[in-house]
Amino acid sequence: MAAVTALRSSCRAAGRLVCIHRVRSCSSIRFIKSKYVCVFDKSAFKFSHQQRLFRTSAVSHGQIVQFKLSDIGEGITEVTVKEWYIKEGDSVSQFDSICEVQSDKASVTITSRYDGIIRKLHYNLDEIAYVGKPLVDIEIDASKGVAPEEDVVETPPMSHEEHTHQEIKGHKTLATPAVRRLAMENNIKLSEVVGTGKDNRILKEDILNYLAKQTGAILPPSPKAEIIPPLPKSETVPAAPKDKAHKIPVPFSRPVVFSGKDKTEPITGFHKAMVKTMSAALKIPHFGYCDEIDLTQLVQLREELKPLAQVRGVKLSFMPFFIKAASLGLLQYPVLNASLDESCQNVTYKASHNIGVAMDTEQGLIVPNVKNVQVCSVFEIASELNRLQSLGSAGQLGTNDLTGGTFTLSNIGTIGGTYAKPVILPPEVAIGALGKIQVLPRFNGKGEVFKAQIMNVSWSADHRIIDGATMARFSNLWKSYLENPASMLLDLK
Amino acid sequence: MVLQSSLKNCLQLSCIFRTPKAGFRSTTSGGLIIQSVSNDVYQNLAVEDWIHDHMNLDNLRVLFLWRNSPAVVIGRHQNPWQECNLRLLRQKNIKLARRKSGGGTVYHDLGNINLTFFTTRKKYERMENLKLVVKALKALRPQLDVRVTERYDILLDRQYKISGTAAKLGRTTAYHHCTLLCNADKRVLSSVLKSPYNGIKSNATPSVPASVKNLFEEDPSLTCEMLLDAIAEEYAMQHQIDHRITLINPADETLLPGINNKTKELQTWEWVYGKTPKFSVSTCFNMFYKDTVLDIKVDMDVKHGRIEVCNIDLPEQWLPPALCSELVKSLTGSKFCPNETAALVATLLRVCPQDDELHSRWNLLCENMIMLM
Repeated sequence: MAAVTALRSSCRAAGRLVCIHRVRSCSSIRFIKSKYVCVFDKSAFKFSHQQRLFRTSAVSHGQIVQFKLSDIGEGITEVTVKEWYIKEGDSVSQFDSICEVQSDKASVTITSRYDGIIRKLHYNLDEIAYVGKPLVDIEIDASKGVAPEEDVVETPPMSHEEHTHQEIKGHKTLATPAVRRLAMENNIKLSEVVGTGKDNRILKEDILNYLAKQTGAILPPSPKAEIIPPLPKSETVPAAPKDKAHKIPVPFSRPVVFSGKDKTEPITGFHKAMVKTMSAALKIPHFGYCDEIDLTQLVQLREELKPLAQVRGVKLSFMPFFIKAASLGLLQYPVLNASLDESCQNVTYKASHNIGVAMDTEQGLIVPNVKNVQVCSVFEIASELNRLQSLGSAGQLGTNDLTGGTFTLSNIGTIGGTYAKPVILPPEVAIGALGKIQVLPRFNGKGEVFKAQIMNVSWSADHRIIDGATMARFSNLWKSYLENPASMLLDLK
Repeated sequence: MVLQSSLKNCLQLSCIFRTPKAGFRSTTSGGLIIQSVSNDVYQNLAVEDWIHDHMNLDNLRVLFLWRNSPAVVIGRHQNPWQECNLRLLRQKNIKLARRKSGGGTVYHDLGNINLTFFTTRKKYERMENLKLVVKALKALRPQLDVRVTERYDILLDRQYKISGTAAKLGRTTAYHHCTLLCNADKRVLSSVLKSPYNGIKSNATPSVPASVKNLFEEDPSLTCEMLLDAIAEEYAMQHQIDHRITLINPADETLLPGINNKTKELQTWEWVYGKTPKFSVSTCFNMFYKDTVLDIKVDMDVKHGRIEVCNIDLPEQWLPPALCSELVKSLTGSKFCPNETAALVATLLRVCPQDDELHSRWNLLCENMIMLM
């Protein structure tokens, strides 16, 4: 064995693979399972192998095993490879899924028998694979050896408190060798850990979760010796700080394990288009104008009208009122329903009030619009909104509904918030964001405090063609229509 | 008569499922019959998946009975665009699901019953299961001419398919499931299972169309409940187990821990559409614009449900080339999905020159593109 030790230390120093012929000469030595030596069958000791396997890297070098496609049952001899779950170079653990094959209406998941690295895939997608022939080549970690074909039986953990061997009655716990080592190092009985992997396999995360539960939140002792850290829940916790009178805090040596990783995804499709639009929107010089609206009367009116609309099959929210009031305001201030061309040479005053309503869907923000609000009644607007909302939630909005908007209202208040800073959607020049309706105390004309339904509105407008005064006046008009809904009757067309 | 036990009995199931404790206790010897109380296709498929992943079936076999509200279920490696009329599905609010087993596309509604036979991998035997079903049917109505074919279908009167089969094999467990048409809506069935999409080239498993018939048409006294009971009875007799059916709620997280995650995963776009094997779409269509008819040619490669390569052949100058290339660039990498595309093109239009003529041409082209999805 001395020769072996000498061998090991020499290779550590050199950081290279040991020459195989040296091992051959020590025939009395059993297979050395050191990291730098290849594990071979005696028959595989061939001089020619040396050349191929001599590497200068310190990567562990293992045996390549051909993993054959096992019997599918029902006398099936060939299957079609439909999906690979791994690619060459990936590392796999025992029981990880390797691929999906299909044969005659049966889909079969092939799992790995070994821990190791995939070195070769023998088939491409849609090729026919044969039972009994190699499916993939796996390079097995030399230090771990070839895993047995049966389920791994748990070995009892060694504890420094000298637990006697636990008797586990014929229980098979699934865990990879790496996980078992981790459990052993932390004196954990695998039978007490809940496995969350496939077939209840115990994963590394399960061991860590178990540990976290066992130790609880143990704080390092503070400089003041009087503060006692909370007691650990079980005795199996290793090395709780014993000397509490110590003035210098001993940092707790349990490693913090955070297995989160950064994830990078390309921006595609709809989001890419949004990036473009928002970048264009940034070029518009925005100014904001905010106000609060007392909707007490409108709330009452809506309560009265809701059942009438229901009878006609339409759900009446506040939006149809907001939209119609906005359209009435746009009749007085048409510049807010305009569009500036790219060179900023011309302003086009749009005749139709196609008022967009921002909707939050699975895709993200989409803005379908109600066409020609200037000639629609509040009821018609409500019914159109219903149609757009049901199409939106079913993901079936067409391009016609999504294009042609001239002015936008965003009811962010349904989610929450009071004031906002909305971004104008080109080619429009103005946008309004509506906050949530809150019940707040206000003073009335007589100086009395009453309960008011208050909603905040935040407008943004293109300062190149719209000035603050115009925006303020439009907002006041819109506000007056909503605070006193009866006044809308005078101007409705 | 088969007794239906209450939900309380479900708690017994927790003993049969794998627990981390040493060994496991089995309260039923050899077999279990369970029925889902839900008609949601995703929940029911999730139960199948859960049993496949978490139950130890070394000494146990399970029969799972379930029915779904209208849904189209495609096989693991199929292409939904090739198999069904997605537009019609969306219109009629019929769900689309991709199961984990192989095989072809089927239409489910409450007039169709689903049977899943769970066993250990070594005892996977589809013929035996189907023969059991035929035996049960014959016991119920001896005059029925039903038989099993080599393709694992069940035929009525030697020509009409009343049952289709699919299977999934894992490392230690396997399941075989099949449908059984009792009283399904045949009109909807044939209309949704006809794909209107042209020019699709794919290696996905194609379905084999067949004429179908409902058992109800053969014998109007038959109902789904009767069929379920008869099959459960036969299963219990053949495997010498308790014939009582245990009801299962697929939303019960305490009984089936992790089930809600499985249900959610089955509904994601990435699973239903994204798992489609790579395919290409090569098609031409005519566009009618004012007084002219335009010939448009579109070629697209779709991988993982996303457009990898996109090529649109338009008459020169009909749309400004910059705009055209912008459309193609934006579509590349985007989902092959009408909703996503509609949102995408509408958003892109905002940064185009504001010209009504241009807008109407753009909208026309995009509407036609969306029709392909």
